[in-house]
Amino acid sequence: MQLITNMVEKFEGNAKKILLAHGSGGKLTHLLIKSFVKKFRNLPLAKLDDSAVLRFKGKLAFTTDSYVVDPIYFPGGDIGKLAVNGTINDLAMVGAKPLYLSASAIIEEGFPLVELERIVNSMNRAARAAGVEIVAGDTKVVEKGGVDKIFINTSGIGLVDSGVDISSKNAQIGDRIILSGTIGDHGIAILSAREKFDFQTKVKSDSQPLNGIVSEILRVSKRIHTLRDPTRGGLATILNEIAEQSGVGIEIEEEKIPVKQEVKGVCEMLGFDPLYIANEGKLVAFVPEKDSAKILNVMKKNRYGRDAQIIGSVVARHKGRVVVKTSVGGERVVDMLTGEQLPRIC
Amino acid sequence: MKFVDEFRDRNIAQKIIKRIKEFDSFKVNLMEVCGTHTMVIFKQGLKGMLPEDVNLLSGPGCPVCVTSQEDIDKAIDLAKDKNVIITTFGDMLRVPGTNSSLEKEKGNGADVRVIYSPREGLRIARENPGKKVVFLAIGFETTSPLIAASLLDARKEKIENFFIFSTHKLIPPAMEALLKSREVNIDGFICPGHVSVTIGSNAYRFIAEKYNVPCVIAGFEPLDVLQSIFMLLKLIREKKAKVEIEYFRAVRPEGNRIAQELVSEVFEVSGVRWRGLGTIPKSGLRLKREFSDFDAEKEFRPKTEKSKGNLDCACGEVLRGVKRPTQCKLYRRICTPEEPYGPCMVSSEGTCAAYYKYG
Repeated sequence: MQLITNMVEKFEGNAKKILLAHGSGGKLTHLLIKSFVKKFRNLPLAKLDDSAVLRFKGKLAFTTDSYVVDPIYFPGGDIGKLAVNGTINDLAMVGAKPLYLSASAIIEEGFPLVELERIVNSMNRAARAAGVEIVAGDTKVVEKGGVDKIFINTSGIGLVDSGVDISSKNAQIGDRIILSGTIGDHGIAILSAREKFDFQTKVKSDSQPLNGIVSEILRVSKRIHTLRDPTRGGLATILNEIAEQSGVGIEIEEEKIPVKQEVKGVCEMLGFDPLYIANEGKLVAFVPEKDSAKILNVMKKNRYGRDAQIIGSVVARHKGRVVVKTSVGGERVVDMLTGEQLPRIC
Repeated sequence: MKFVDEFRDRNIAQKIIKRIKEFDSFKVNLMEVCGTHTMVIFKQGLKGMLPEDVNLLSGPGCPVCVTSQEDIDKAIDLAKDKNVIITTFGDMLRVPGTNSSLEKEKGNGADVRVIYSPREGLRIARENPGKKVVFLAIGFETTSPLIAASLLDARKEKIENFFIFSTHKLIPPAMEALLKSREVNIDGFICPGHVSVTIGSNAYRFIAEKYNVPCVIAGFEPLDVLQSIFMLLKLIREKKAKVEIEYFRAVRPEGNRIAQELVSEVFEVSGVRWRGLGTIPKSGLRLKREFSDFDAEKEFRPKTEKSKGNLDCACGEVLRGVKRPTQCKLYRRICTPEEPYGPCMVSSEGTCAAYYKYG
């Protein structure tokens, strides 16, 4: 990126900012793209053809997601890391081994080049850490006010082993529900980075790749029925979707759900429920009771699953609904999130 | 979490429930006046833990819910002024007025900002000297001292572009209005904890003495609520019409004198209109004449809409404890948190929202 920065200065004699010309398809676009290619260093991308040509054998998983998080930097991550990990996690949630990503950015005119470099570096780091390659990409620049700073879309493909059949439709009565760690970290980190509260928190976003955990647990049990990562809408919304799609009842215990003290504190103060707060690096696994102990064990050994817990089970009662046993000993229905609790969290 | 988990202890809850069940069975109606109590009761599943003859009624203690349609319309009208920044608590945004809502006006370009404290409103006024900043001052005795303090600050700093639209209301007169109407039989009140921090337990003595109905001031954790129900049942059984404090870690008989003085420096008591309860004498706060420069109503003269009156919406009856949300024709069929018809479905403290979310 240093190269491109120098070039821009040379051509424009200008401050180091993204210009409409960077998206014109001309020389500046070419230079910008070349600088990305240099960073992401892989064969399909280096060819600079209109498409990456990839070789596969087996079942493919394919997904896409756009990232518009505000602010673009937050404790524990940034929009680049989020965009890479988010798509990796979507692939992992069907049991796929994520292989290749595409990345597209829509950038607001005037966006500082050093910030773009910071985000691209962060994407590169996240991709390498998870062992995936970014093999296709695009950038567009729009006039000031056309977007807010930078929006990123990533798509990804991965391979699903034969014998693996993971779906929100597959939860079965008797399944145990394993949650891989604390909930609410991402949403609260974004919230405290955004709002001018009279208090400060040290909560960091949990943006992290889950493909490692998934391949490790698949190694000890092929009978994983459902995997989901509770992003927008939080754990409550994901569990409701699974209950509905699998046509089963779900029971969870409030006491078993790990929530960081600080997240709890902010939620208490602002009247939020951690069950509805977004996460970016946690998963829930629905597994047969017989396999649950060994899966939990494996999960706990992974650095991203240290706080994993069995939080409940699938029942035949109250089909399509999620019921929580409260810590005080009562019971209540947990509904889906209604309305938008916090906009633009991812 | 410290100071929270202790008040959600399952074993202690079981002990209190056991003591409640030891009373002879007799049917009682207890009203939790405060919307936050309604939420705790539902969120923690307390109803299911109690014996069936203890009937909990939700009262008129959700500030957004009791704001009259006229006041909502006026707030919406204020937002239409291009020179005005509206600052408000989040719940007000989606409350439907006669023809619009603050959220819709925001979509049309009105500058409506959600804040967590009136002091933020003051900050926005300071940062936008070219605009007039209006704070929609809804709420009970809990929020009025904060607003009084903000106005005193504004005066001291000579901030001239900060206004409040006061629809502040007082809890004890509403409780009295409910008893006077005799529409529902109330055997005991679970009184709001935070309101009582300001006004003290003495403020409810007339309820107990004049109407023979015991009151217990409760905190907001599940054990607080269970313990206060136990205390109320005991008072009812012993036929003692008294005011007792369960939330003694925060509430004193005389209340918070400093807060009371702040309020009486800035506000005076007046009759105001409540949704569902009509106009109740001496149940609201309006700005004193010395503070009329801050009065949004005087500055902007907002208009109300000619009410079409949604006859099917039972918010009024729900607020009086006469109907349960499930007895409303619109509930769940037409009125949902996504598309609310009445404020009781909008507010996070609304009874209909509590039923919908956790029922």
